[in-house]
Order: sequence, then C-alpha cells, then structure tokens
Amino acid sequence: MSEQQLFKVTIDNITIEVPAGTTILNAARQIGGDVTPPAMCYYSKLEGSGGKCRTCLVEVSKGSEKDPRPMPKLIASCRTTVMDGMEVKNITSEKVIDARAGVVEFLLLNHPLDCPICDQAGECHLQDLSYDHGKEGTRYEFERRTFKKHDIGPYIQLHMTRCILCYRCVYTADQLSKQRSHGVLDRGDHSQIATFIEKSLDNEFIGNVIDVCPVGALTDKTFRFKNRVWFLKPMDAHRDCPTCSGKVTLWNRGDEVYRVTARKDKWGEVEDWICNTCRFETKNASDWVIEGPREIDRHSVIAQGHYQGSVGMHTPTETFAAVNAGRAPHLLMDIHSVSEVNKDSSL
Amino acid sequence: MQALTNRAQEVSRKPMTFMERLYIPGILKGMAITFSHIFKKQPTIRYPEQKREFSPVFRGLHVLNRDEEGRERCTACGLCAVACPAEAITMEAAEREVGQENLYREEKYAAKYEINMLRCIFCGLCEEACPKDAIYLSETFAPANFTRTGFIYGKDHLLIPNPVTEPEAYAAAKGQRN
Repeated sequence: MSEQQLFKVTIDNITIEVPAGTTILNAARQIGGDVTPPAMCYYSKLEGSGGKCRTCLVEVSKGSEKDPRPMPKLIASCRTTVMDGMEVKNITSEKVIDARAGVVEFLLLNHPLDCPICDQAGECHLQDLSYDHGKEGTRYEFERRTFKKHDIGPYIQLHMTRCILCYRCVYTADQLSKQRSHGVLDRGDHSQIATFIEKSLDNEFIGNVIDVCPVGALTDKTFRFKNRVWFLKPMDAHRDCPTCSGKVTLWNRGDEVYRVTARKDKWGEVEDWICNTCRFETKNASDWVIEGPREIDRHSVIAQGHYQGSVGMHTPTETFAAVNAGRAPHLLMDIHSVSEVNKDSSL
Repeated sequence: MQALTNRAQEVSRKPMTFMERLYIPGILKGMAITFSHIFKKQPTIRYPEQKREFSPVFRGLHVLNRDEEGRERCTACGLCAVACPAEAITMEAAEREVGQENLYREEKYAAKYEINMLRCIFCGLCEEACPKDAIYLSETFAPANFTRTGFIYGKDHLLIPNPVTEPEAYAAAKGQRN
C-alpha cells in the first residue's frame, strides 16, 4: 500500500482519524485527557506488552461501518485495532466504569497495600488507578499471597508480594538484553517474576525494569527507604554517557542527588532508556548538567512537598549567649520533670 | 452618629463637685469593692501545684505511639510531614534489621523523627494523616525554653513509654484518651 489508509474512529463522541492498525488505546491517547483508558501492563516502547491487566477495557458500541453490530463483550483497548467507523465508549459507558472498578479490586486482591513502607508510593500507577477507578473498600477476607524474599542483585529490590504480573519487566529484560535471565515462574496464583538462575542480572540496562514497573515490586535498592518521592525535587539533567543517552531526571533534596530515573512522559512511560551507571552510580550533583525543574502535574503528590534544603531539621542559631555576654541561659523547667505524657522512655 | 452599642457613655467634662474633691468617699467605695472580692470564689489556681483539667479535644504535644507489644508504630511514611501546613515535621527512615522485630512493627521505621514545636500550630492534621495510628496529640503543652534548639523534639522526647516494660508510665502518658 503506497498511501496509508486512515480510519475514522469515535471515542466517547470525539472523532479522530488514525492510520489503520492503530490500537484503540493509542487512538484515545492521541485525543488525550479523560478519554484515555488507564493501562497497567501496556507499554508503547515494549513489543508484545499489553492484554494482561484488563484495566483498559472499553465498550465497542459499533464495530465498524461495514459491520455495525456492537462487540458482545468489553474488549481490551490496548490489543484491539480500530476499524473504520468504529464507535468506542470509555467513560461514557456505565459497564466500563463498573468493570474497571472490578478489575481494580482483582488487582488489589493480593496486593499487600503497604504503601506507607513502599518506595513507589506517590508515583505508583496502581495507587493512582485505585483512587481514580476503584471502590473504597475491599471484600477480601482471606490471607494474601506471600513469597520468600528473593535477592536479585545489589541494585534492584524485588518485592514479589506487590507484583501485579504485568510482564513489563520481563519484556524489558528480553528486549534490551540479548540473554534471557528474567522471567515468570509457575502459574496462576503462584506465578512470580524471578531470575531463572540464582544470579544477579548483570545487563547494563537492566535498571530500566525499575522504571517500567507500575507498582513497587521492583524498586531502586540504592534509594531504598532513603526518602519519600514527594520530598524530592525532580530536575531534568543530562551527562555525557558512553552507553546511553544520558538524559535523566534527578531527584534532589538540596544539592544531594537521591535518585536518578529516566524521564517519563505523561503516560508514565520512559522517554529514553538509561544505563545502570547513570542510574545507580552517578549520584554526585557535579556529574550532571542540570537543565531545569521537571514539570510535575499539580495534582500529583510530588508537587505537594514544600520542604526545602537538605534532610534533617535546620538547627536554629542561638542568640541568647551572644546578647548576654556569653552567659548560657539558666534552664528552670525541663519537659521531663513536668510532663508525664512525653516522658523519655530511654531514661 | 449612631452608636454601635448602647454601652457607649459620653465623657463628662464637668468640674468636680465638693464631695468628689474630698476623695474619701471614692476611696472607701473602691476599698469596699476590693474587700468584697476576698469572700468571692477565686478565678485563679496555684499552678504548678494545681492543674486545670484539659478539654477532651485539647491538642497538645505530640506522642509517637506504640502497639500492644511495645513496638513502634511509625514507619516514616512521610504523610504527616506532607500534611503539616507549618512544615514542622522531618524524619529519616531506616530498614529494620533481623532481630529488631520486637522494636519496630514494620519493615521500615523512623530512625529520626523531629518536630519543631516553634513551627507547629497544633492543628492535628498529622494525626489525621497518619495511616498507622502512630502520632497523637496529647494533653500537655510545650513548656517554655530559653533556647530555640530546645523546641526541636526528637524521638527521645516524643516516644510513648513501652506498655510492656513500663505499664504505669504508659498508662500515665496515655492520659484520659483511648
């Protein structure tokens, strides 16, 4: 075909023309805004991703111009290509909203909900998804699945309990590296991502599995429990890197670089893969050329942190001795002799 | 001009009468008022020997809570700090080591936890934000101090006594609240 065929598709009463072969999700992303279905497993930069999580389900109320019958079931928009004259309902369909709430409930069945501990909190797609589309409570009364702790190297922390089995990390490991050392073992409820051999992943780009992980199952071990993301200030920065593009986001507090991640676009997908050296080993502010602050959605919790400067309380300077000829103040009352409530338990 | 209240009185500019110039009746009247107060109920109390009762909704100094087994509840999630409108709370997290399970409830705990009582406005938003029931506002207030560093309360000041090893101190610290 010399000329690319354009298909007309209507999503939530907004009509757009897209090339044939585009998926409904990508057509909706071209429109943008609320019309776009959420996606937990689909990743435009990873071949073969999608179709696992079912959060992008949409209703097709008219199949195409030639065959106007509606599709009998809700379909996964990340894996279904558009047809000419197709009409899709996303947020205008009661069925979709109800199904999505159900999918969120399913995803959270075995999720430990340890957000106060998890380093991903604040930038977690599952957190956003459940707040936007989920129900308030859970009906699950049984024990959640647990796994033995699995060490996958000095840089990456694996929390299998938080995994929603989106396969993004598996595709990343497959497609960025030549050898396959990372995959999914077992089936159903027991399935888990793991290294096939008890060896750490030593690919130069393997750190990107942290960025593609929509939940906190794969997190940066060098950043583990160091700080919360919303107290850090994201800055665009770059450096001359021989292996990757060197374009990253620095997460600073004061002058200290806490974490280095790839730059993410508005769908939460990385713009450029970055190498392990940039991500884990270059944490001096002097190594980077800072371009400016990164734009963060103002509804995000990351935009809510107001604390400036380095971590720890700024110690105020005392003026008493200076104005009293060097005489230190005579303390009359000690909190521990007065208050029962805040008694120092270490005494 | 119309007065806003009916309590306003015009200042009298008239010269004093003879009785007023004597001053004695005025002094006697004043002394009578003073002495009559001896027999009235005292509005003041003898602090610090006597203390007033706090209102059940009083919000005073913060307490870092422990669970029934005496483990610290705080996991340093940072929600109190982000909720704090006065930016008074900072913390540093650390990972629980093997063998510290009886000290800390969760995998992560607050290695440092500081509240600047000079910044704090005792609004109680930290208490509301806490997902782990770890921080409470108690029934005491911050005492005066000469140094500003003395108002930065660390974990050693804030942590409630252990209910297992020091049940009396814990009960006293818990106060009237549950």
